[in-house]
Amino acid sequence: MSEYDADALGWFGGTGAFGGRFMPEALIAALDELDTAWRDAMADPAFTGEFDRLLHEYAGVPSMLYDATRLSEVAGARILLKREDLNHTGAHKIRNVLGQALLTKRMGKTRVIAETGAGQHGVASATAAAYLGLDCTVYMGEVDTERQALNVARMQLLGAEVIPVRSGSRTLKDAINEALRDWVASVDETAYLFGTAAGPHPFPSLVLSFVRGIGDEARQQCLDQYGALPDAVAACVGGGSNAIGLFAGFVDDPEVAIYGFEAGGDGVDTGRHAATIFAGSIGVLHGARTFVLQDEDGQTVESHSISAGLDYPGVGPQHSALSAAGRATYLPVTDTEAMDAMALLARTEGIIPAIESAHAVAGALRVAKERPGQTILVNLSGRGDKDMGTAMDWFQLGEAGERSGQEPGEGK
Amino acid sequence: MSTTSTAFEKARAEGRATLVGYLPAGFPDVEGSIAALKVMVEAGCDVIEIGLPYSDPVMDGPIIQAAAQQALDAGIRTDDVLRVVEAVAATGAPTLVMTYWNPVERYGVERFAQGLADAGGAGLITPDLTPDYAPEWIAAADARDLDKVFLVAPSSTDERIALTTAASRGFVYATGIMGVTGTKQATAAGVAPLIARTKATTDLPVGVGVGVSTGAQAADLASYADGVIVGSAFVRTLLDHPGDRAAGLAALAALTEELAGGVRA
Ligand SMILES: Cc1ncc(COP(=O)(O)O)c(C=O)c1O
Repeated sequence: MSEYDADALGWFGGTGAFGGRFMPEALIAALDELDTAWRDAMADPAFTGEFDRLLHEYAGVPSMLYDATRLSEVAGARILLKREDLNHTGAHKIRNVLGQALLTKRMGKTRVIAETGAGQHGVASATAAAYLGLDCTVYMGEVDTERQALNVARMQLLGAEVIPVRSGSRTLKDAINEALRDWVASVDETAYLFGTAAGPHPFPSLVLSFVRGIGDEARQQCLDQYGALPDAVAACVGGGSNAIGLFAGFVDDPEVAIYGFEAGGDGVDTGRHAATIFAGSIGVLHGARTFVLQDEDGQTVESHSISAGLDYPGVGPQHSALSAAGRATYLPVTDTEAMDAMALLARTEGIIPAIESAHAVAGALRVAKERPGQTILVNLSGRGDKDMGTAMDWFQLGEAGERSGQEPGEGK
Repeated sequence: MSTTSTAFEKARAEGRATLVGYLPAGFPDVEGSIAALKVMVEAGCDVIEIGLPYSDPVMDGPIIQAAAQQALDAGIRTDDVLRVVEAVAATGAPTLVMTYWNPVERYGVERFAQGLADAGGAGLITPDLTPDYAPEWIAAADARDLDKVFLVAPSSTDERIALTTAASRGFVYATGIMGVTGTKQATAAGVAPLIARTKATTDLPVGVGVGVSTGAQAADLASYADGVIVGSAFVRTLLDHPGDRAAGLAALAALTEELAGGVRA
């Protein structure tokens, strides 16, 4: 139990500060049931043992901690990469869904629902549902089903039903609304696999408990492999699951600096971004008090990012609390910086990261300038296969020939 | 004494249930919503519930979402909602605001409560705020004798029902179905156990909402509940007559009369 954990009502940073549970009464019994079942499961070695076994045998966890020496040369600091991109389904998200799907089975429910933006959480949920024999429905904003048709097909091949959401801005936040509406009407047999460390209590703490392996493993790997803790850790922040998973391993090491990188989109001053903590204000969205992109009247404002996984106008409440406490620093990374970092990592290390993760790499390159020669541990939360369409447009790739494609920094 | 409770008592003395009608402010536009709500009062709604349009309404189905979105697209502001409250409260019908929590928090809880009281509003219905997370609102409402209408649901435990009714003022809102507005139909048999469990904890009147749309249903529910709350069906009458205000208002009046007949059956 860290001072940065939630209290029994789900508050981070003190009663009323961040988190809590702002939800219809109709869902409170289900959230309480989930809370009880989850605490019970985490105290049961049979459950945690099965979870660890699945992570290892099925998902390929623990992921490696990799010393990126050629990138480090460019950066001027030692960059270590936690290779979550090598997990089954290509991202950290498999940890969360395996945990929640196992819990669903333990609770005797037969169906799971999930929201998805880029489709990564949807694919992970469909995977876990297929593997554990659960029915799966995924809500996805209509705009995103068009942007991410490949992931729609993956979910369908895995046996999930994908429902396009046509309300509101037709993106991730509306997919969450629609999943909540489904859940109110189906709660007896259905579990909601929430895709990030946000939402009403207990989701932020529950998701953390399933993804915190990222940070716990990385800390131990760093000590075992290099004999010391890193000077700083960095992760990208959408809803905040990969980041909180990493940070949890280090929050109680005050000598380790913590950086979260939010999507700066076209630049924070353009208004077209998803830098919720850096540029947003405190409000209530999707069941929790946290930083939100909102207008003067508390209406949610649409976010913008080249990376669908970071394109969310809210953020997990624990990040808001870590920011308010000064324990972690949250900064924006623009689309251009992220795409440059994607290309740089591809060309120096032969690793094509997810654009989400490229935000963390870009941020780490900035941190390296302030911390020359130090060690910066970066969570490489996912791989970039899903993003090749975006990369083709951005760098004008895909046509073979002499000097085809642009150099990093020349993109649009 | 809450004016809302008084309206429920008056109906009870007449041997009938109370009819509560909902429309979002600013739909079809600010003046149009005032005109429509006045028609509902004239045609037989005892209590009025004005929706504050919100970008992320998780308890609402497609009909109310569409109306709220139309209001937001036309640029409705929180101050406009309070203006609608003032105009409708002037008819004498107890007028509550139904709102998701964030717009109130953003406006300032104290400031909103004062603005609502100044407009003659009776109180707030809070679909995503439960008493255990509502200390600020409870304090602000109590300081101004505003109604605090919290919801109970078929899934609520007896303990939570007791906690909810203890914090309520005006009436208690019983959700007729497990689901969002404007989708499934509530039945007396389905909702009777919740009403009985709620009444076991409080003397406050209990209204049933979500899933009520016809006079026959209102009649059926009125034998168990103190009030019947209708939203999506009213909104639909206006959505069904785009561009023809007069026809929309006539349909709205006809539905109100049908429901008012139902609660008297
Ligand atoms: C690879 C990858 N990283 C990060 C994210 C952002 O989510 P979170 O902030 O919850 O880690 C996503 C979401 O789709 C993702 O696919």
